[in-house]
Formats: sequence, structure tokens, C-alpha cells
Amino acid sequence: MLNTKVMTAFAALALLAACQSSTADNAATGAGAAASTSAGPRPGSQEDLVANVGDRVFFDTDESSIRADQRTVLERQSAWLARYPQVTVQLEGHADERGTREYNLALGQRRANAARDVLVAGGTAGARISTISYGKDRPAALGSTDDAWAQNRRAVTVVR
Amino acid sequence: MDEAAIRQLSRRAAIFGGAALGLPLIGARATFAQSSVVDITKARTDPIPIAVPNFAGGSDEAQRLGQNIAGVIQTNLRNSGLFRPVDRAAYIQTAEAAAQTPRFQDWRVIGAQALTTGRAELSGDRLRVEFRLWDVLPEAQIQGTAFTAPAGNWRRIAHLISDVIYERLLGEKGYFDTRVVYVAETGPRDRRTRRLAIMDQDGENQRYLTDGSFAALTPRFHPNAQQIAFMSYARNEPRVYLFNLDSGRQEVLGTFAGMTLSPRFSPDGRSVVLSSTRGNDANIYVVDLGSRRERQLTSGGGLDVSPCYSPDGSQIVFNSDRGGDQQLYVMDAGGGGVRRISFGRGRYATPVWSPRGDLIAFTRIAGGQFAIGVMRPDGSGERILSEGWGMEGPTFAPNGRVMMYFRETPARDARGSGFSSRLSSIDIAGFNERQIVTPTDASDPAWSPLLA
Repeated sequence: MLNTKVMTAFAALALLAACQSSTADNAATGAGAAASTSAGPRPGSQEDLVANVGDRVFFDTDESSIRADQRTVLERQSAWLARYPQVTVQLEGHADERGTREYNLALGQRRANAARDVLVAGGTAGARISTISYGKDRPAALGSTDDAWAQNRRAVTVVR
Repeated sequence: MDEAAIRQLSRRAAIFGGAALGLPLIGARATFAQSSVVDITKARTDPIPIAVPNFAGGSDEAQRLGQNIAGVIQTNLRNSGLFRPVDRAAYIQTAEAAAQTPRFQDWRVIGAQALTTGRAELSGDRLRVEFRLWDVLPEAQIQGTAFTAPAGNWRRIAHLISDVIYERLLGEKGYFDTRVVYVAETGPRDRRTRRLAIMDQDGENQRYLTDGSFAALTPRFHPNAQQIAFMSYARNEPRVYLFNLDSGRQEVLGTFAGMTLSPRFSPDGRSVVLSSTRGNDANIYVVDLGSRRERQLTSGGGLDVSPCYSPDGSQIVFNSDRGGDQQLYVMDAGGGGVRRISFGRGRYATPVWSPRGDLIAFTRIAGGQFAIGVMRPDGSGERILSEGWGMEGPTFAPNGRVMMYFRETPARDARGSGFSSRLSSIDIAGFNERQIVTPTDASDPAWSPLLA
């Protein structure tokens, strides 16, 4: 049994140009981190939404229905969006880290959709609202505690 | 030694090698390996003691390569958990002499049951490596093979030789000449950069495939290994993309209005099965890679994600919460005959069908713990292989014998300190769990088919 293998050409990996530029993901600035200036946030801005309305609603574990105690936030957002008809928003759905990545991506999408549905029912045109899910991959709270997970099961309204 | 001599030895091997396989030591393992049902007690039999002296070399440079090759082979075999390399300090015969003619009693007395010898020769940039595998007790050659390649590919030769040793002594194909694509993660948890990265199965030859300007998730190999399907957040639209490893070209797959996720190639490589969200549901679709035609397979009123074909392409296992919480379901590849297969405690996710067809690996979440386990395709015989705070996403080596997955360590504080995500591998019998060293945090590993 002659068993001589000649490997002339190996499959070479075509590589993208060296990846020095490690720009971080375009992190959405949904959190209420924006400092308000002395003049107060510009009306119709993300800072305005965060400071005067509330930009996010929270969900129970593995749930995507809007909790009764969260509905008023979305109703206030509807009224705010009615006041600034030029504003379009993206609803970001998120999940906590206690689920698998792929399922949580779908769950985050369902949460974003649930929040969008309330805004649409409140009178906001659907065309003004887009949705995206980040699953468990962009936590707002960085700890691994019940409290952190509760903060991370969320849908955040982001002015575009 | 010239080709004729090798041919002669190889012929001899054909005679004596056949006889060697009948010996109790190796024969028993070959029998085990051919069994399709995993038997834990047999899988835990003692690893085979093997001696892997440095390969000899005709020049200093060839000698150095010979040492490197033997070192990689020894590491591969040890890491498999199925071989125990004999301590080199105990060697009696020198590597150089053994490469000429093994003095079998010298290897027998130090406990080696198998011996590999080899010689590396360089001519210009061409590296030629002869290697022989010996059965020490009957003093017989089991295999004699020569490999030729550009010298820069010496690692690849070492992996190919490792696979030959694995296959000849265990009776099943190896998995060393393979790569792993995964997601390399850097930066704080709320602003992580997630790039596709690829490496050899042993963690060497690390390279990035994407530049981090968009997040990349869940890469999976095409059965011919030159294409990857993955999920990309390019242009802020999460969609399944194809990535060509030869050209670096990326293209979105399908014309779906909503997010697409969790792609996997069909075993024939002609289509991709994936999940697409619409309204409150996520459903499973198959996209033909030739016609690009999309066909919906599920409409069960829930989140159907993580589809994976059986190796014969006739069935698809997937994850759905249609019954209230996440469980595993199997359906015919055309979408009919859906039946639930997971009935244990907790939620079940990320099912992946073994290349052997006999097992489905999964992630289980129960009692605040994550676990990696396997069950038969009908849901029976569930076994948990590893359990911990966070782990998910099993992927099988091409021989179905080893799995890789990622394992997370929780944050210690509200700043997220201490959180990490790392790759681990484990034998499907539940032993030899090892961390795979990567330069950064890592997730979503996917094992390639054999490259050769």
C-alpha cells in the first residue's frame, strides 16, 4: 500500500486587510448617560426623551408582553412623538444574559415589536418606527445579578 | 530512505499492519469506535501509551522542523484524551536511531504500545516528511506515509500525521486537520467589538476575518470549508450573510424584510436553513443557494430558531417556544411531521446534529445553571456533559467525537469586572474538558470539516 500524498497548494485564506482599526460597534446611546446642558435638553432630542419622558420599558423574564406598570411610559412616548412629528425612532429590543444568544435575538425582536405596537396604537405612524434586536449582546447593566438582568430585559426608544 | 524503500516497507505494513490490527489492544478500540452508540465505560478506557520522538532531519533547519512536527503531533494526541504520550525523559533509543530502525524492546520497556518515527528533509522551500507508525509489541509497521508541502505548512503536515495515527489506532477518522471559526470579543460588555476569527483546531494560526466595524455573530462552515454563513449587523440591519474564505467577499443572503439569524448549511452545501422574524414570530426558512429561492418551513406561532439538518439532510432539529418555553423539535426537511423531542427539566436550546447522526447536542438552562448535553434524535438517552454558570452553542468535530462550545464566567460587580467568555472542548463521553486558548474573549465556535 503506497501511501504518498503530495500536497502542492494549500487552500490559502484570503484575508481582509489587517484589522488595525478596531472601531467599536456603533453603540447606541440609548442609556440616560447624556448630560443635560444648563439650557436643558434640546426639545425632540434623545436627551429630552430620556429626561422628560423615559426612553425604555422593562419586561419580565422570558416575556415580551408590555407590563401594566410599563405601559404609561410608552403612552408618554406616543404623546411626545406626536409633539415632534419630524422625529423618527428605532426601538431596540434586549434580553438578559440568562438565555442563549440566538433565542434571545428573536426574543429581543419580539420585545421591540411589542413596544412598537403600543406606540402605533397610540397614534404614531408605523413608518416613523423601526425595530432592531441586540439580544443579550448589549446589556445596559453590566453585573450578573437579578437587578442587572431586570434592567437588561428592555426595549429602548432611540431617536434616529 | 528512497521511495522504493518506503514502498517496500509499506507493502510489509500491509501484511503485518493487517495482523497488528487484530491484536487485543488496538482491536478492542477499533471495535468500540465502530459502535454507533456511545458507551461511557468503554470510552473511559485508559488512553493508549504512545512514544512520539522528534523526527530526524537532514539539516539543522530540517531537524528543527522535525522537532516542531513531533511536538504538535504529541500535543494533538494528548489533548484528545485518548492517547498518553510517554515521558520523553524515559526514552532509551535516540530519536535519530529510532528513525533509522526502531529497537522495539527499548520502547516496550518504557511502556509505549505505539511508536511514531519520522524524518524531515528540506530542498529549497519544499519540506518532505516521512512518517511511520509502529505497533511495538508485535514489532510491526502499521503505516508508512510521506507528505510534501511548502515548509511554511509544517503544522498542517503535523495535523495530517496526527489524523493518520488517530485513525489507524482508534479505527475512526481524526479531527486535527481542521479549523474553528468563532466570534472574537473585545471591549466592555455594553460596547463589545465582535469580529469573526478563524484558527486551527489547536488554537494556532489565529486570524481575523472581519474588521469589527460591525458586529458578527454565529458563524458556521459550509461543508466544503471555503464559505461561512454568519449573522452580521452591517448597516445596522441584522441579517445572515455569506462569507467567502477565498475572496473575503461578503453578501447578504435572501430578501427577508425582518431580521435573519441562526444560519446553517445543508449537508449537501446547496442551501442554508435560517430563522427570520416577522411580527411576533420567528419562522424557519430554507434558502436555495443556486436559485436564491426562499421557502418557509415553519409557521408554528412562536420563536423558531437554531435549525440544524441531520447529516443525511432528511430532517431538521430546531428550537421553539411554541409550547410555552424553549424546547427542541424535529421535523422533516420539508417542514412536515414536527415533533417535540426534549422533555427534561428546564429549557432546551441550540440543538446541533452530530455528524455521525446518532446524537443531538444542546444547551440546557435549568435551575439557574447552563449545561451542554446530548440526546438521541428521538429525545431518549439524555446526558449532561458539562454544567456551569453560563455555557452554550455546542459544535461537533467532524468525527462527532469531540465538541466545542463557549463558557462564560459571571461578572463580580456592577461594573462587569471578571466577566469572561472562553471556548472549551469536551469528549462526547463527558471527559477531557479543556479550555481552548484564544487571544481574546471568544464565543460561537464552529468546527470545520476535515480540510484534506
